[in-house]
Amino acid sequence: MEIPYTVKPRPDTGLYNAKVGIWLFLASEVMLFGAFFSSYILLRVGALDGFWPDVPTAWPHGLLNIPIGTFNTAVLIISSVTVVMAWVALKQGNFKKFQRFMTVTIACALGFLCIKSYEYNEKFTHYVIRLKDGSAVTGHLDIDGHSPRFWTLATVTEKKMASVKVHVDVPNQFRYPVGMKRPEAHHEGGEHAEHAAREIKTSDITFLQAFVPATGTFFAIYFTMTFLHGLHVLGGAIVLAYFTYCSKKMWETDPERLTNRIEVGGLFWHFVDLVWIFLFPVVYLL
Amino acid sequence: MSLKTFHLVFVTASVLLMLSLTGWCLAQYRDGGQAAQLVYAAISMVCAVGLVIYGRIFLKKLKHISYL
Repeated sequence: MEIPYTVKPRPDTGLYNAKVGIWLFLASEVMLFGAFFSSYILLRVGALDGFWPDVPTAWPHGLLNIPIGTFNTAVLIISSVTVVMAWVALKQGNFKKFQRFMTVTIACALGFLCIKSYEYNEKFTHYVIRLKDGSAVTGHLDIDGHSPRFWTLATVTEKKMASVKVHVDVPNQFRYPVGMKRPEAHHEGGEHAEHAAREIKTSDITFLQAFVPATGTFFAIYFTMTFLHGLHVLGGAIVLAYFTYCSKKMWETDPERLTNRIEVGGLFWHFVDLVWIFLFPVVYLL
Repeated sequence: MSLKTFHLVFVTASVLLMLSLTGWCLAQYRDGGQAAQLVYAAISMVCAVGLVIYGRIFLKKLKHISYL
C-alpha cells in the first residue's frame, strides 16, 4: 500500500504530511528549549552582583572561550547555507552536487562537535579553589606537569598531598560584566598575562572542584543547554548522513519524495542552528 | 513555511547576532580599551554585511521556489 501525501499536498493542510509533522515536532522543541532559556534568564537575573568566585553566588563571566564560540557559530551558519544548497541541487536534478553539499554540512556538524568537546575538556581541567581565609582563586592544577580532570578536595586528600601547585588565572576584562567597575588589583597583567604559579597547602583549602555542572548554577545550566544542543546536532548529522549516502535508490525511483525528505531534514537543521544563534550570545556574552 | 523561508529567517537572525556582537565588542573596548576588541567588532560588522549580501543573492536565485 502506498503512503499518501508524501509528495502531493493534503487538500486540508495544503502541505505534504512530512512538512506538517516536522513543524509539529519543531513546535515541541521550541517549548523544550524555551523552558531552558527562560530558566537561564531567571537564574541570571536573580544572581547577586559581584565578581565570581570572590562572591560565590555571583554570575561567572568570561570563563567561556569567546573566539572559539564565535568560530563554532560561523561553522553552523556555513552548514545551514550548504544544507539549503543541497536541497536546491536536488530541485535542479543534480544528485552528485547534492551529495557534495551534504558532505560539507555533515563535516561542519562533526567539526562543531569536536570543537565543543575541546571546550568541555578545557572546563574539566579548570578549577575553582576556596581557601580558609575566605578568598578564592581559579586556575589549572599542575600535577607533575599534567593538568588533571575532575579532581576534588577528596582526591587531593586521598593522595595525601601536602600542597597543590596551581597556575592561578589573572582575571582579564571579560571576567567582569559590561559596565562593572574593575578593581585595581585585577588590572595587573592585562588580557594576555601569564598564569602565575602558586603552591597552596591542602590544609588551607576548603573547596576544590573542576568546572563541572555541580560547581554552580551557571555551570549546571551551561552544560545542560549546550549538551542538549550537541545531542540535536549529532542526531541531525546522523539523519542527514543517512539521507545523503543511502538514498540513491529513492532518487532513481521517487526523486520528489527524496527532495521533500531533504527539505524536512533541512528545516530541522535550521532549527538546531537557530537555537545556537540564541544560545551563543546568552551563554557566552551576557 | 518552506526551507527557503526558514533560511531567510535564519539569515536575518544571524545578521542581528553579528550586529549585537559588534555592539558588545565596542562596549568591551569602551570598558577595557583593548585593540583586539576593535578588530573583533570590525570582523563582526563585515560578517553582518556579508550575510545581508548573501541573503539578497539567495532571494534572487531562488525566486521561483515557493515560500510555503
